[in-house]
Amino acid sequence: MFRPLRSVELSSGRSGDCKSPASQHRWFESNLHHHFPRPGTAGCSGDAARLAPRPFRPDSAFDPAPTAPLVSAPPKPTPMQSIIHFGTIDYVIVAIYFLFVLGIGWALRSTMKGSGDFLTSARSIPGWVAGLAFLSANLGAQEVIGMAASGAKYGIMTSHFYWVGAIPAMVFLGVFMMPFYYGSKARSVPEYLKLRFDEKTRGFNAFSFAVMTIFSSGISMYAMAKLMHLLLGWSFGASIAISAVIVLVYIFLGGLTSAIYNEVLQFFMIVFGFAPLVFLGLRDVGGWAGLKAKLLEYSVSRHYAAGAWTEAWKHLGSPSQNPLGVEWFGMVMGLGFVLSFGYWCTDFLVVQRALAAKTMTAARRTPLIAAIPKMLFPFLVILPGMIAIALTFESTKGGTSGFSLPAKDGAYDYDLVIPYMLGHYFPTGMLGLGMTALMASFMSGMAGNVTAFNTVFTYDIYESYIVRGKPDAHYLHVARFTTVVGIALSIAAAYLAESYNNIMDVLQLVFAFVNAPLFATFLLGMFWKRTTGHAAFWGLFLGTAAAAVHHGLTIPFGASSLVKGGWLGSVLHTYPSEMAQNFWTAIWAFSTCFVATILISVVTTSQKTDAQLRGLVWSLTPHEDKTEGDIPWWKRVAPLGAVVLALTVLLNYIFW
Amino acid sequence: MNLDIRYPIGLLFLAIGAILTVYGLVSGPEIYATHSLGLNINLGWGIVQLVFGAVMVGLAKSGAGKGE
Repeated sequence: MFRPLRSVELSSGRSGDCKSPASQHRWFESNLHHHFPRPGTAGCSGDAARLAPRPFRPDSAFDPAPTAPLVSAPPKPTPMQSIIHFGTIDYVIVAIYFLFVLGIGWALRSTMKGSGDFLTSARSIPGWVAGLAFLSANLGAQEVIGMAASGAKYGIMTSHFYWVGAIPAMVFLGVFMMPFYYGSKARSVPEYLKLRFDEKTRGFNAFSFAVMTIFSSGISMYAMAKLMHLLLGWSFGASIAISAVIVLVYIFLGGLTSAIYNEVLQFFMIVFGFAPLVFLGLRDVGGWAGLKAKLLEYSVSRHYAAGAWTEAWKHLGSPSQNPLGVEWFGMVMGLGFVLSFGYWCTDFLVVQRALAAKTMTAARRTPLIAAIPKMLFPFLVILPGMIAIALTFESTKGGTSGFSLPAKDGAYDYDLVIPYMLGHYFPTGMLGLGMTALMASFMSGMAGNVTAFNTVFTYDIYESYIVRGKPDAHYLHVARFTTVVGIALSIAAAYLAESYNNIMDVLQLVFAFVNAPLFATFLLGMFWKRTTGHAAFWGLFLGTAAAAVHHGLTIPFGASSLVKGGWLGSVLHTYPSEMAQNFWTAIWAFSTCFVATILISVVTTSQKTDAQLRGLVWSLTPHEDKTEGDIPWWKRVAPLGAVVLALTVLLNYIFW
Repeated sequence: MNLDIRYPIGLLFLAIGAILTVYGLVSGPEIYATHSLGLNINLGWGIVQLVFGAVMVGLAKSGAGKGE
């Protein structure tokens, strides 16, 4: 597995590097990018890195003169030695955090009286709690690690996954879609599809979503175990067991509420764990001005325009001008519209948090409250990557920064940005806090998937197709038991990921196809009353097929395996990067689904009466149900959404 | 909802903040000289967390914003 060439280049005389931690996590580093929490919905901001595992310029292009080593001798860990050295105090901090996590589940145990308490929090969560949970549910550790990696690889352009690829969709969800989700009293996204369309559309969504959440949860578990093994030397099996037991206990006791509360806790852990990292890194690199100066030089050394790493929009004219390998249209349409809206507005993992809010107003505010920290997160997660690459570049030139990313396969090992920076800047004590924040986000990534799986399985699969019409207590038992099964299946998925890399890649691809067209169905369903159930189902089916066909007929530049595309035999188009290919796959899927749903709606008749669709479709919902009564205008949702958008525009302008 | 989430948040950061503050006070520069640019980050950030934790617990005790 390990290529001797790199070993020779890097090991500087030390032997036995094949066993070095940096080479042991090969699968993790090269595939982490493919394994974001929601594999299919590549639009979620977390998927930046997954979407673009390879810049289309070979990374070796930046190799300095052959005489200089690529990486100026990073402190190379010897075999079986962990990268991060935990002191007693670090372990104490980790233990305290886990105690609180379990304590929250324990404190909530007596409130879980019915299936509604366990699976929907009985719609009792305050808006700000739901908002932070909405944000955190998406903020898995893969996102944190992947965004920092992308910050190093692509620079400030990574922020498009937030400012273009998240905020507008979150505002749209809160202002326009939440009245129908929340107002319909649906307990899940598939259930909304059942109310609005028909049984087969719900079934299609429920089954694909259930399978996907299990694999996402398993991948989160797998990635955590792999990383803990690499960083701290913990055994793979023990990490899996500990994380599984903790998540199981707190969900089993406190259901969705417990998961939501822990997500809020995790949000603050991430902020407190990473803010000092950014502070120290920026201080070290000479502030924003120092960072910019170093990155200008780095851009030029990579044969890009000077501002390619520090200017978000100026280099999107053509794919060859920027390290992302995309042009503005594909980025705005593919990422900003199709993928982003498809994820934030239809994925039950996040929508579930808003549905748990205690009032309609709180539910509508949930994504808007989440949007405010979300737009600032690039400074917490992308900036460390930019700092890391600037310092590493400095080191290759013989500078004194003392920080260097490790290398692999002729490029830097970008996934190790966060772990290496934690180890570099944090002394014992803070190190415990930083690592706990990382573990917290892995676990809440799992928990988010498990709670979403519980609800969809119990209500949309078990109660709908297996055992109907039992008393509620029965479904509460089933929901609890589903937690156990969900976690057991996640563990199985984690071990599957460890054994068969390719199976996971193929599965993720299939999920991506299933998810790509979803937003077209919701858009038409909510805003065009003529849309029929048959049209929704077949539109989704054709959109999924279109995604698969597009992927099968195109490849990204430099593709080496059929998982990347071109598996239908002939290649009609070669995209400059995998990210560009993904954006266009989504655009094709969405457009096909959109057009097909309209055409089929015209030739079929709806089986729902207008009365049944009241509260589910814009034009059939009374005006007063869509507005907020007589609260003052500045407390309403639409002005809040406008403020959020204005701030986002401002950020884009500043980093233009 | 029987549990105000601000209590666990506040108490967690009071606990971690206290540990880091005390550790920052008793440990010498050998802990942070090579790591955090010579700044006693454990002490400084520990105090910030203590303040944040206290504010959270204070808000929970006052019951403000419960209706939100």
